[in-house]
Amino acid sequence: MSLTFKILRFDPLEEKPPHFEVFQHEPKPRDSVLEALKDIRDQQDPSLSFRYSCREAVCGACGMVINGQITLACKTQVESLQSDLVVVEPLPNLEIQKDLFVDMEPFWEAYRRVQPYLQPAGARPDNGYRVEEKDMEKVFQYVTCIMCGCCYSSCPVVARDERYLGPAALAKLYRFIKDPRDKRPFSAWREVDSPSGLWGCDTVFRCNEVCPKAVRPADGIEGLRRALIVERTKRLLRPKK
Amino acid sequence: MISHDLLIVGGGLAGLAAAMSADPKLKVGVISKVHPLRSHSVAAQGGINAALGNSPEGQDDSWEKHAFDTIKGSDYLADQDAAELMCRRAVPAIYELDQWGVPFSRFPGGAIAQRPFGGAGFSRTCYAADRTGQVILHTLFEQSVRRNITFYNEWLVTNLAVRDGKCLGLVVYDLASGKILPLAAKAVIFATGGYGRVYERSTNAYINFGSGIGLAFRAGAPLKDMEFVQFHPTSLCGKNILITEGARGEGGYLVNNKGRRFMEDYAPTAMELAPRDIVARAIQTEIDQGRGFENQYVHLDLRHLGRGKIEKRLPGIQEICLHFAGLDPADTPIPVQPAQHYSMGGIDVDKTCAAPIEGFYAAGECACVSVHGANRLGGNSLMEALVFGEIAGESASSYVRGSDFAGRPEREIAEEARKLQAKLQSLRERASGRNIFQLLNRLKLVMSEKVGVFRNEKDLREALAAISELREDYRQVYIFGICVRYCQELVTLIEFDYMLDVAEAIVLGALKRQETRGSHFRTDYPKRDDAGWLKHTLLTWTEKGPTVAYEEVHIDKYKPQERKY
Repeated sequence: MSLTFKILRFDPLEEKPPHFEVFQHEPKPRDSVLEALKDIRDQQDPSLSFRYSCREAVCGACGMVINGQITLACKTQVESLQSDLVVVEPLPNLEIQKDLFVDMEPFWEAYRRVQPYLQPAGARPDNGYRVEEKDMEKVFQYVTCIMCGCCYSSCPVVARDERYLGPAALAKLYRFIKDPRDKRPFSAWREVDSPSGLWGCDTVFRCNEVCPKAVRPADGIEGLRRALIVERTKRLLRPKK
Repeated sequence: MISHDLLIVGGGLAGLAAAMSADPKLKVGVISKVHPLRSHSVAAQGGINAALGNSPEGQDDSWEKHAFDTIKGSDYLADQDAAELMCRRAVPAIYELDQWGVPFSRFPGGAIAQRPFGGAGFSRTCYAADRTGQVILHTLFEQSVRRNITFYNEWLVTNLAVRDGKCLGLVVYDLASGKILPLAAKAVIFATGGYGRVYERSTNAYINFGSGIGLAFRAGAPLKDMEFVQFHPTSLCGKNILITEGARGEGGYLVNNKGRRFMEDYAPTAMELAPRDIVARAIQTEIDQGRGFENQYVHLDLRHLGRGKIEKRLPGIQEICLHFAGLDPADTPIPVQPAQHYSMGGIDVDKTCAAPIEGFYAAGECACVSVHGANRLGGNSLMEALVFGEIAGESASSYVRGSDFAGRPEREIAEEARKLQAKLQSLRERASGRNIFQLLNRLKLVMSEKVGVFRNEKDLREALAAISELREDYRQVYIFGICVRYCQELVTLIEFDYMLDVAEAIVLGALKRQETRGSHFRTDYPKRDDAGWLKHTLLTWTEKGPTVAYEEVHIDKYKPQERKY
């Protein structure tokens, strides 16, 4: 059955404001929205621009808004929408570069600000670290994150405060805080101990709802708050030299 | 003009490993046509091989045994010194990943866990559930952020500039500005990945066009062993999304429509954990002989593993099955079929990753050292990308430090860029012509139908004819979309030119090689022929079509034997 696809088009270098263009297209059985978009581009308008890569919900390239839901196009089956109308828009909270391409730079900037890398102490053990599986499993929830930006786009705090780090970057930091190999100094908390850091979250959990990988980034933000308080208390109780 | 000591093309595992090992005093840049985290390495699932000997029953494992398994798995076409080099460096490489933060799954006691994989004598495959590629790629990217490495994302490399056998730089299409830019570099490393999307049925990401291999070829670098294309035995029927070998490593069964574990007929000892070429052929044979389901697939049955083990060890597979096939592998067998997965062949490089063009290096799937020979073992590709990515970074750095770069090549690189601009301009000025996406679909169908698991002379000749017809049609190509920035039609149009070269190299190598070895099965020559064909195929690009030559395989310790599993 032929469906109506309304796709947001925009090129900031041209005078025309953002507008919807309508395409009639009959998806193949079991097609994802990504497959449908590719067919529309290939068969009807090759100038349509959108990001994609893996088509199996692991690379994080194709975040967009589909019938009002922030999600991955490759993971969304057209049939599951149960609608004759498919409306496709770029991720919110980020500037449009062209059509469904948005500028992810603020998202990556936030990622860099949390020092998103393991900071072990001392020399490397000869035969690897000894880490119990149950401890490693505590970080598995967060390393499932594919950095698609869906949470960042859904976050009401990001919408009003562009300095706010957003859910993905904070969850990434928590992944390291929970890693038994990580020994980052207390000073590393400085960047995030602020209203635009881990205290900024409104706990409305939009990030948990939209995450296509069930990461629940807000759990990480809550975890960070607890961990920081514990760290502070430890420092208070430590005998002065 | 942007100028670097070293430019690395590709932000996947090999590219990032090269960036990490490059001399930090040099001006290094990484160019990628997507954000590095969107690279196809992210989709690797089951694991990465290193003889750590952590498994309770595998303490006698050693890098030598890993090398032997790799060489036997390659059907003796691997260069044995190269395989040994990789397997020796694999062990410290894993500990380095551990230090960088890769969250490997663990054995009781806390050592890095290892699972059995195909063609291996020991449980040797380190893993993080079934998201091994994802966590390693993310970790390397994290480390590259720590090192403040310069990235040029969403730049497509279109040409490699070479003068008198010496690499000068690159030309790129910058998607954001729509500009064609010349870049100067003393050395260039290609880590551009595989060409899976030359095929219709492939486990690869949509972006894997393999143009890097093609444009190195066009610039004068020979291609080696291109006929050896790995078909993964278990891709999800229909979408061809990878279902990891780890599913069989954890104990999954392959079952035909008679309810029988048919691997008994093909590899009675190794069963489901025979190497991929053997399992892929077995599945295809079952389907072809009417013992599949709907003439399309067989079952990968994980139900007996139990929901708990599936959720813990194979959560990604469960998620893929739920979302893309609407089934839960804890309740229902997974419909699987072989699909193109990996390229054993690639840009001809030596053990230092140097190609025969001075200052030009290649590593990872786009390169052929050769470690995998005629068939790659599961778990060896991540390790190859990591180890040889590092080696390429080291080799290119010492080349830059030790060489004289008198004479500025800017004018010549700019000239290359102008040529491409002129070509694109002339395409835009046409009134009409062929649609690039239609040509691409035709190529994919030809490759999947004629150059698949089983090959014969007639099909291969037909494929060659179809490719030359496509080349004619490509001359009539037209740019339909009115767009300059973020123009994926333009990306496809530029890459397709090189895809034709890659496809032709695969077919030509396959047609010439009149034997069966590893992944290359000729129904008209069904036996391995060591006397005639224990040698590497080398193709060199010329205006009139590729020329074919052969090169000896490096064999020292292990004399070729019959492969039995």
